[in-house]
Amino acid sequence: MNGKPRIGVYVCHCGTNIAGTVDVEEVVKFAQTLPDVTVARNYSYMCSDPGQALITDDIEKAGLNRVVVASCSPRMHEPTFRKTLLSGGLNPYFLEMANIREQCSWVHSDPIAATEKAKRVVEAAVVKSRRLEPLDAKEVDVEPSCLVIGAGIAGIQAALDIADAGFKVYLVEKEPSVGGHMIQLDKTFPTLDCSACIMTPKMVDVNNHPNIELMTYSQVEEIGGYIGNFDIKVRKKSRYVDVNKCTGCGDCADACRMAGRFPNEFDEGMGMRGAIYMPFPQAVPAKYTIDKEGCLFLTKGKCGESPKCKDACQAGAINFDLEDEVVEFKVGTIIVATGYDVFDASLKPEYAYGVYDNVLTALEFERLVNASGPTGGKVTMIERGKKKKKKEGEEEEPPKVPESITFIQCVGSRDKSVGNEYCSRVCCMYTAKLAHLVKDKVGHDCDVTIFYMDVRAFGKGFEEFYDRVRREGVKYIRGNPSEIYKRGDKLIVRAEDTLTSTPLEHETDMVVLSVGLVPRRDNREIIDLLKLSQTSDLFYMEAHPKLRPVDTASDGVYLAGVCQGPKDIPDAVAQAKGAASAAMIPMASGKVKVEAQTSFVDEATCRGCGFCVELCPYTAIELVEVNRMGWPVNVARVNEALCKGCGACAAACLSGSIQQRSFKDWQLLPQIQALGVK
Amino acid sequence: MAEKNDFEPNIVAFLCNWCSYAGADLAGTSRIQYPSNVRVIRVMCSGRVNPLFIMNALQQGADGVLISGCHPGDCHYMQGNYYARRRFNLMRNFLEHLGVEPQRVRMSWVSASEGAKWKEVIEEVREGVKEVGPMDQFKRRQLNW
Repeated sequence: MNGKPRIGVYVCHCGTNIAGTVDVEEVVKFAQTLPDVTVARNYSYMCSDPGQALITDDIEKAGLNRVVVASCSPRMHEPTFRKTLLSGGLNPYFLEMANIREQCSWVHSDPIAATEKAKRVVEAAVVKSRRLEPLDAKEVDVEPSCLVIGAGIAGIQAALDIADAGFKVYLVEKEPSVGGHMIQLDKTFPTLDCSACIMTPKMVDVNNHPNIELMTYSQVEEIGGYIGNFDIKVRKKSRYVDVNKCTGCGDCADACRMAGRFPNEFDEGMGMRGAIYMPFPQAVPAKYTIDKEGCLFLTKGKCGESPKCKDACQAGAINFDLEDEVVEFKVGTIIVATGYDVFDASLKPEYAYGVYDNVLTALEFERLVNASGPTGGKVTMIERGKKKKKKEGEEEEPPKVPESITFIQCVGSRDKSVGNEYCSRVCCMYTAKLAHLVKDKVGHDCDVTIFYMDVRAFGKGFEEFYDRVRREGVKYIRGNPSEIYKRGDKLIVRAEDTLTSTPLEHETDMVVLSVGLVPRRDNREIIDLLKLSQTSDLFYMEAHPKLRPVDTASDGVYLAGVCQGPKDIPDAVAQAKGAASAAMIPMASGKVKVEAQTSFVDEATCRGCGFCVELCPYTAIELVEVNRMGWPVNVARVNEALCKGCGACAAACLSGSIQQRSFKDWQLLPQIQALGVK
Repeated sequence: MAEKNDFEPNIVAFLCNWCSYAGADLAGTSRIQYPSNVRVIRVMCSGRVNPLFIMNALQQGADGVLISGCHPGDCHYMQGNYYARRRFNLMRNFLEHLGVEPQRVRMSWVSASEGAKWKEVIEEVREGVKEVGPMDQFKRRQLNW
């Protein structure tokens, strides 16, 4: 096996992807001249079954003990060809790939230059392969439990699926209640299902499921370890309410001195709440929470004679001495389902959001039409800010009902000026839905106009719904408004109808901005915890955009929902189910292979200086005392279960005693030499 | 010695598997065309690059060396790219001290989603090395590694 290297070189055409630019015949001829190369062939598709059979046959017949595949990126097909070697009876780590597609034929149009480069890259792979050594990937046990971060619809669905399969799930949610953005919505397009009606049963399920440990008002603080064995630390923030005693009756909220003083985040600031509150009536768990920033007793240390909420609570649940609780547990897999923020409309000053009361974001409008919203589902003109005190005996005027409502699409999406080039995928349809709800709730005489760039009604039942809304008399005008200003008590939307090329000024009572979906402001926290990558739009990056849409570059960490990219509810649910099944693979098999390309120490030459120990990000190296010719000396030793194979230690070792398998100095230096040749 | 303008440098690049190698792959998938001077060695992390590799590459015929890793804070191995940066700066100062132009040795951050940036980096490095011409300060005889 480890006798004289017998190398097989396989140059792939990849149809014309490689062969169209690189002269594969010439590369093969060149490879045949290299020392120790026994076989060199080219084939149209190396990754196909017959292509792989070439390799296994040659291993058997020509006695190959090293294989070089010159084809696409190892990030694409290294696992494929490793399996090929294994089925041919070779250790899979005797494979070296030469990337002559992504980093050669696809990026260089000059055939001569591309062929020259391909030769160099192949030679570098050949000289490295000569020095490859067999490795065995060790297996570790997988803790049969999963951490789900975020309890919106994606997190809830993933948690339910995994828990139903019989694994333990820890579901961590930052807010006081589960439900995410979906529970804020009134109806869902295109079926007009009531959002709360389809969401609340699932919310109750995660609370009652025997396999789910729900932690609301909590944050993940630390994540250590690796796939199969993550060590998690979660901080359960104190609600100052004993959840075991709280009955959710609400007497405390009625009694609170600060009642109605703070904007309720759940109502997007449209409704008000006190310092002790439940975000919305169907909250799960149905427990009250004291807002530390708003509570008089917690900020000033005094709330009248005694805190009113405490007096009002018959269950005796309120306890101002409750501290944050930090819990630690182990899980095998992690699903990230942290969701999104809506675009901050004040970044588009021309739309005067925050200047005029009746310019709303779509999510605010969603709360306005919602029966459990601040106005009980009545669409009325709104007054923001502090209400004027009524004089004695003065009748309060009932709020005016808008006679015309205008929607503006693509606010913060498909817009380079705010840095979001992507389409948010849901705004066209939720705008159509809201337009329908206006016709439904305010009345058909209410004039509804929608300014749009394009209407993207691509999903199941979307186009039909869009047709229906237009039949109901909703006017669509193609054009991106340039500004909104006030004339008297009317809002004026200035735009151009780009289909007829006519400038227009549209008079309206209320403007709703269809804001896009953007990555959460606090995404950085998760990125730092889990080392996730981001795509250029700053959503989390999946392992492969087509073939591994729920995996990440970190083994055992999966994505679900909008945190990976904008999507509607059915897609978020589908992805959550995908992430759940991906997470269940290692948990169900109970074993997972860990990194084989780890570091190891030659204890005979190690001086025990400890450089590597300090450098290791995973504390995988420790100094141990050994007996050297009768003298006790310290040498470094690597714990291979913890080593992730970055090689930082190998680059730092002064005596070259610590080396990374498959990336030893001795294996990389010939590569440098081969590539240095002109 | 060739005319500076038609001199095409030979650049050896060390790319980390998770960010820059993936970014270079993305440039390929997006069919972004760039000069063919750069030849890549894949390492799992830019922190694996021993500064002596830079020296070795310059001795063995490379006119320029590029090390590219994840953006600060994005390292797949938490801090490997910081180690790389620190070592790189020391090495570059040392090489300058020996009379090697600093344009020859470059370090960049290219993430997995920055195919277009990869092209820019290559063009920049190539221009820089073209300016200073072939590397002939210290050549070594072919060693049999």
